[in-house]
Amino acid sequence: MTDLLEPRAIGADLVRRDGELKVRGTATYAYETPVEHPAYAHPVQATIARGRVTAMDTAAAEALDGVLAVLTPFNAERLAATDDAEYAVLQGQDVGFRGQLIGVVVAETSELAREVADGITVRYEELPHDAELSADRPDLYAPEQVNAGHETDTAEGDVAAAMAAAEVTLERTYSTAMYHNNPLEPHATTALWESAGDGFLTLWDSTQGVHPDRAAVCQVFGLEQEQVRVICPYVGGGFGSKGLPHANVMLTALAARALPGRPVKLALTRQQMFFLAGYRTPTIQRMQLAADSRGRLSAIAIDVVEQTSKVKEFAEQTGVPTRMMYASPNRRSTHRLAALDVPIPSWMRAPGECPGMFGPEVAMDELAEELGIDPIELRVRNEPDVDPETGKPWSSRNLVRCLREGAERFGWSGPRAHRDGDWLVGTGVASSVYPTMRQATSTANVRFEDGRYVAEIGAADLGTGAWTILPQITADALGVDVADVDVRIGDTRYPVASVAGGSSGTNTWGSALVVAAREFRTKFGADPRDGDEASGDVDQAGQDDTHSPYAFGAQFVEARVNADTGEIRVPRLLGVFGVGRVINPRTARSQLIGGMTMGLSMALHENSAWDPRLAQVANHDLAEYHITVNADVGAIEAHWIDEHDPYVNAMGSKGIGEIGIVGTAAAVVNAVHAATGVRVRHLPVTLDKLLTALP
Amino acid sequence: MDAEITLRVDGEAHRLTVDTRTSLLDALRERLGNTSPKKGCDHGQCGACTVLLDGDRALTCLALAVAHDGAEITTADGLAPAGELHPVQQAFLDSDAFQCGYCTPGQVCSAVGVLEEFERGWPSHVTEDLTGRPEMSHDEVAERMSGNLCRCAAYVNITPAVQQAGGAR
Repeated sequence: MTDLLEPRAIGADLVRRDGELKVRGTATYAYETPVEHPAYAHPVQATIARGRVTAMDTAAAEALDGVLAVLTPFNAERLAATDDAEYAVLQGQDVGFRGQLIGVVVAETSELAREVADGITVRYEELPHDAELSADRPDLYAPEQVNAGHETDTAEGDVAAAMAAAEVTLERTYSTAMYHNNPLEPHATTALWESAGDGFLTLWDSTQGVHPDRAAVCQVFGLEQEQVRVICPYVGGGFGSKGLPHANVMLTALAARALPGRPVKLALTRQQMFFLAGYRTPTIQRMQLAADSRGRLSAIAIDVVEQTSKVKEFAEQTGVPTRMMYASPNRRSTHRLAALDVPIPSWMRAPGECPGMFGPEVAMDELAEELGIDPIELRVRNEPDVDPETGKPWSSRNLVRCLREGAERFGWSGPRAHRDGDWLVGTGVASSVYPTMRQATSTANVRFEDGRYVAEIGAADLGTGAWTILPQITADALGVDVADVDVRIGDTRYPVASVAGGSSGTNTWGSALVVAAREFRTKFGADPRDGDEASGDVDQAGQDDTHSPYAFGAQFVEARVNADTGEIRVPRLLGVFGVGRVINPRTARSQLIGGMTMGLSMALHENSAWDPRLAQVANHDLAEYHITVNADVGAIEAHWIDEHDPYVNAMGSKGIGEIGIVGTAAAVVNAVHAATGVRVRHLPVTLDKLLTALP
Repeated sequence: MDAEITLRVDGEAHRLTVDTRTSLLDALRERLGNTSPKKGCDHGQCGACTVLLDGDRALTCLALAVAHDGAEITTADGLAPAGELHPVQQAFLDSDAFQCGYCTPGQVCSAVGVLEEFERGWPSHVTEDLTGRPEMSHDEVAERMSGNLCRCAAYVNITPAVQQAGGAR
């Protein structure tokens, strides 16, 4: 049990502290830092998918007036560490995927840098590439582990025997598409090496964590932490793609190193982001369910096939939620990867849970239909008393409450389908889940300064609300008015903080802030003097290891399908979540509806159309890679239940940045099925998949 | 090749020399240091670079600076004096109509343009009666704001914010 804070500022509906800067456009993002006399960098990318760069003709480029540097694998300096192949930019001639960085041009203007970079002639020795994922490839392999340190495979009991013996079984294959994070702010860096001395590097980088960003740069360039400062007060969205630095950060630092004293700016173009900034692997999910006639599961299994890059392995933990979501004596999960000549996949909002709750939640709907049981009731009947994977009791699990309250708010009871003129109308439901995580490292300082309390921590606000909610937590931990607290984040000058990822930021940084604030009060009492300061580490905060901490939710969808054209509209999307205590209902609601809308986008629009012949995403820009736009959304509501969880942390909070995107796509598929009778098992749901079956 | 032009930005005249390939967006951001309009795609696909150009909303990434000599430009930062907010900006704050803030100045300028278009009686794709004045309904506003992408997906807050600023309901 944790000593929960008495909520005063926590729970208050406070307007974003950075709001005024953002509505005026004066919040400075990485590329916008006012620097003296910047130089502009533009990358050169490989135009083959596999092979070797044998020559690059840069002489003409270098001779041009205004060109400051042209770096290639043939002249770039050697980096201190090259074991991470993504970061080893310009360190060798091998090409592992189309779009890989093979050079950079730095010039006095962005127009010139781009012109010159595009004009460099590159000669290759091209090799045949292999870039097509399928579930029947003979070379699929089991990675040592999957993302976040999860086991690759798990098994309990005997799924095959249960399938053979069950009254009802379901075996289906589902797939999710390739997705690109596409934050609105492209990945951008401004880098400046000091012109004299041992070298001190300043990076204004768009990152979800200045400290992990710095650690990676120090490793690659062989620098001490004290030699590098990373600054990032505002991030124009990340969704995981700025959680770890990508090759562009190393390239910018390398380019700036060639021009000491001169700030060098590099922003990936939107098109380049489809090659270099990570993406979510497509997944193929084979599901097996076995149940008795009352819907009690006797087996649940998921076998996942997905891709990684030969350059660097990333294994999405898609099978993980199946391990703990529902009770069943026989369970199995496996992950197999195809290593291809493709860009490097990485984190995208709710890696694992987001794709991994698609197959299972559609399968549950299919099973409910088969059994003639209401899909909410089917889930209730398979509610586990303890975490099926670990055997531990839940810290709190309110899935059933979310389902019931959502059903009430949505108006679930009654027929799930009707016709309204030309429109076939149906409703669907699915569950959401996300683990409640806290990172091992984060430190906060609390200081009394000019009559105000100042907390410092190198955290990040990607639009999540950290600028606003960290003062709320600090104020309650100090027992002062939130208006008397300032929080400074987004700079490695402030103490170490973990990445804003895994919905763990608030849990982690907030815990460190609470420790620091309590330490401050212990040391200095209620009447501190100017300059009094205390610090606190997250590892000093109470940690409960005896419970299984997860957030749960339920999402409801009304889908309308035009009987003649197959056009799909979603006028209503409603979610109810059990996410512990909500720190700020305003920013929390925005995060939840944002996740749900991105889930709607995944269901209906998003699809990185892969061309295996060229080994690239055919639709690599925002005109062709469709994301949900304003006119695509109807009423989207996010609610939460009053949930008290004494085990997670001092705030009682569970993390809300990702759970909203989990389950949405399944709920849409289930609603479209109710409306049309067509079960779309391969995302996205597009009208061509419905047309032939319409009345 | 360079050209000399004059731009009036947020009420202030600037004489500047630009490469003839320079977009209006890059002229504002890189030459004049006004980074209120954002670069999200540089291809007219996201709307983050929207400003008011001679009174109408326009995508500055699709405009060449040299073609707009003498233009009057208002960015989100120029909609209200320092310390004050335009009603659209206030409505965005009130409705939490943004998260990361990167698309926001473009959304705000677009919304100001949309309200002006309603004022002029311009119809949209979803206007049923092309002879009457369009109403500031949810669908009308959502349609007109759909050129401005928001990856944080604040859409369900943006539409009411625009309606609030327009005095609708």
